[in-house]
Amino acid sequence: MVLQSFKNCLWLSCVLRTPKAFFWSTASGGLIIQSVSNDVYQNLAVEDWIHDHMDLEKQQVLFLWRNSPAVVIGRHQNPWQECNLRLLRQKNIKLARRRSGGGTVYHDLGNINLTFFTTRKKYERMENLKLIVKALKALRPQLDVHVTDRYDILLDRQYKISGTAAKLGRTSAYHHCTLLCSADKLVLSSVLKSPYKGLKSNATPSVPASVKNLFEEDPSLTSEMLLDAIAKEYATQHQIDHHINLINPADETLLPGISNKTKELQTWEWVYGKTPKFSINTCLNVAYKDSVLDVKVNMDVKHGRIEVCNIDLPEQWLPPGLYSELIKSLTGSKFCPNETTTLVTTLLRVCPQDDELHSRWSLLCENMIMLM
Amino acid sequence: VCIHRVRSCSSIRFIKSKYVCVFDKSALKFSHQQRLFRTSAVSCGQIVQFKLSDIGEGITEVTVKEWYIKEGDSVSQFDSICEVQSDKASVTITSRYDGVIRKLHYSIDDIAFVGKPLVDIEIDASKGVASEEDVVETPPMSHEEHTHQEIKGHKTLATPAVRRLAMENNIKLSEVVGTGKDNRILKEDILNYLAKQTGAILPPSPKAEIVPPLRKTETVPAAPKDKARKIPVPVSRPIAFSGKDKTEPVTGFQKAMVKTMSAALKIPHFGYCDEIDLTQLVQLREELKPLAELRGVKLSFMPFFIKAASLGLLQYPILNASLDENCQNVTYKASHNIGVAMDTEQGLIVPNVKNVQVCSVFDIAVELNRLQSLGSAGQLGTSDLTGGTFTLSNIGTIGGTYAKPVILPPEVAIGALGKIQVLPRFNGKGEVIKAQIMNVSWSADHRIIDGATMARFSNLWKSYLENPASMLLDLK
Repeated sequence: MVLQSFKNCLWLSCVLRTPKAFFWSTASGGLIIQSVSNDVYQNLAVEDWIHDHMDLEKQQVLFLWRNSPAVVIGRHQNPWQECNLRLLRQKNIKLARRRSGGGTVYHDLGNINLTFFTTRKKYERMENLKLIVKALKALRPQLDVHVTDRYDILLDRQYKISGTAAKLGRTSAYHHCTLLCSADKLVLSSVLKSPYKGLKSNATPSVPASVKNLFEEDPSLTSEMLLDAIAKEYATQHQIDHHINLINPADETLLPGISNKTKELQTWEWVYGKTPKFSINTCLNVAYKDSVLDVKVNMDVKHGRIEVCNIDLPEQWLPPGLYSELIKSLTGSKFCPNETTTLVTTLLRVCPQDDELHSRWSLLCENMIMLM
Repeated sequence: VCIHRVRSCSSIRFIKSKYVCVFDKSALKFSHQQRLFRTSAVSCGQIVQFKLSDIGEGITEVTVKEWYIKEGDSVSQFDSICEVQSDKASVTITSRYDGVIRKLHYSIDDIAFVGKPLVDIEIDASKGVASEEDVVETPPMSHEEHTHQEIKGHKTLATPAVRRLAMENNIKLSEVVGTGKDNRILKEDILNYLAKQTGAILPPSPKAEIVPPLRKTETVPAAPKDKARKIPVPVSRPIAFSGKDKTEPVTGFQKAMVKTMSAALKIPHFGYCDEIDLTQLVQLREELKPLAELRGVKLSFMPFFIKAASLGLLQYPILNASLDENCQNVTYKASHNIGVAMDTEQGLIVPNVKNVQVCSVFDIAVELNRLQSLGSAGQLGTSDLTGGTFTLSNIGTIGGTYAKPVILPPEVAIGALGKIQVLPRFNGKGEVIKAQIMNVSWSADHRIIDGATMARFSNLWKSYLENPASMLLDLK
């Protein structure tokens, strides 16, 4: 039993009072920490904190974390392109944008995340991945796992069990990766399939891959066993105690400034607003009174807001005044169903109270909102 | 100061930049070259080409993903300049110099090459320049005598500009708390430190002047005089305030409010207020709350207020009507779709409970629960937000007594409910008793609603709530 109890952890922080001192283990070279939280935003904030505040010259850090269901997109990705946002909202699955590059992944408690913190000079992804493979093989020698030159780890030469991403700053860097132990593959494949059509963007696309859980290969494996094996290998390679320190990402005394970092990661401006400029060119099929209208829509979205909006409606289908009010309202507003719903329902208050008009309006708007 | 100098030598600048290119890197390494620039009568900053440094892992090209600065912006050393991406790695490129950005060599999504210029920065000639090494732990030496100060073995990080500011104000960097990256001391930190200092010195001046005549025997009179002499000095120091006005466009929920409320201006509002004794209702709700919970529903006061309103509207249907654009026709709405004002993270939103006239109090509670959870998740649909005929706003949950609510077109009335307070009131026997009092403030469209109608509706609504058993008589 290697995981240190909470009480001991508190003792440590009492004895060594300053936050930096807490992370100063008696044997220099490395430090292994594990988050007690399953909140994706809190855990990403810990990564930010270590990247910004820790001096990694004297010791490198391995951070172990797991999240409750969440989809995590890369720094320069487009969430509409990468996942089914409608499904995420329905299932209450969080969406987070990390600061490292790379593609989109699905996290749940059956997936473990590993972050290797080093100085910028010592940044070396292959080494880290080989460490993981070595740990897995030490645990279960019969596992056929290897690292590809795309920095993926494959099981049986076919199935992806780990994806990698990295962040480099001025003096420090981190490389993090996932490891599928017993994640829900059904949910994974359904949320990572985007239903949005007609999107054109230069955002980093994800490369879809067939995945498999290590649990499927060997049902005796658990996430805890994998974490432990990797920590053990890291400790051996860095010549430190095989000793995992628990940290609480909500502890502002230990990690001053962390709650601001957590808040920033949850803002709409970060999650959606950082999407590179993209355009939508699609056709809405509006079923109205026994006929289907083809309504061409094109929009330019920048910083998550609608910059330009064109809706090709048949003449007089809506009174011209109302149509221009709709365009005016949408322009500059967030490309977001909640905001759009509020705006379009408000406009209904100030237009003629005609049932026919109202039903056309509602129909059109509901179709538009489906694009978001 | 730097910018001012640039403006005055704009015509000469082009010649000088050609001069710089000829010297290339070597111009930066030798300080005597900089002295050359400094002694010239009209000294401009020199333009330096900041090259994209080695990313590691043998990478030669990256994609530029985001610029954090634009041409003309001032940058300090270690400020972020841009974000580039290479093969799943996102890299933040920081500035090596203090200066002004003069040229961006790439646009978003362009491929940038390691070793080639990324941006052109105009450096202030009198300031220090960092060494070529990109990964620099210690800040560079400035030409003034300041060296980096050491506190407890850690070097304090601060740019030359910040150091100069500290020196000018006789501030020890070791005493300033750095709030920047890596505990770097920023200009704001110096200003905050200064502000605190000036605040501490200011004495309560009037008292000092009164004291001298009374105390002749003690040596105290000397002190007030000193104080009198000292008073002007701190006051003359400008108290630093680095706040700036912020202008943002009106969008989203705010825009929706602007539209609705501007339209509401056309409606001539009149108000009618009253107080309701909810003592009996409070008791009734306490009894019914656990029953509702057993059914998995949270029961607040709102379902009672809403149902009572609907019963009232059955008697006074004009309050559930709508006036057309030209004020020529009044439409009496058959459905009582009662809107409930909701405060969400993004702002005000008003979903409505449909057909309250055929709903029980429990049905209304269920629907309210549904609307509330959708509202807080930001997932209300268009049907939830349209078709309202009458609105109630329970502002009392936040606070307040009387209010002046604004009617939401195309409706003609609205009620704002204040908080429930325990107040002393007289009962039938003339005794003072504890009563649970809530205030209600109605607003109505005076074009079709008159004061008497509003008053009678309010009285009816009030009677249902003050004596909840009476609701049973009229429930359909």
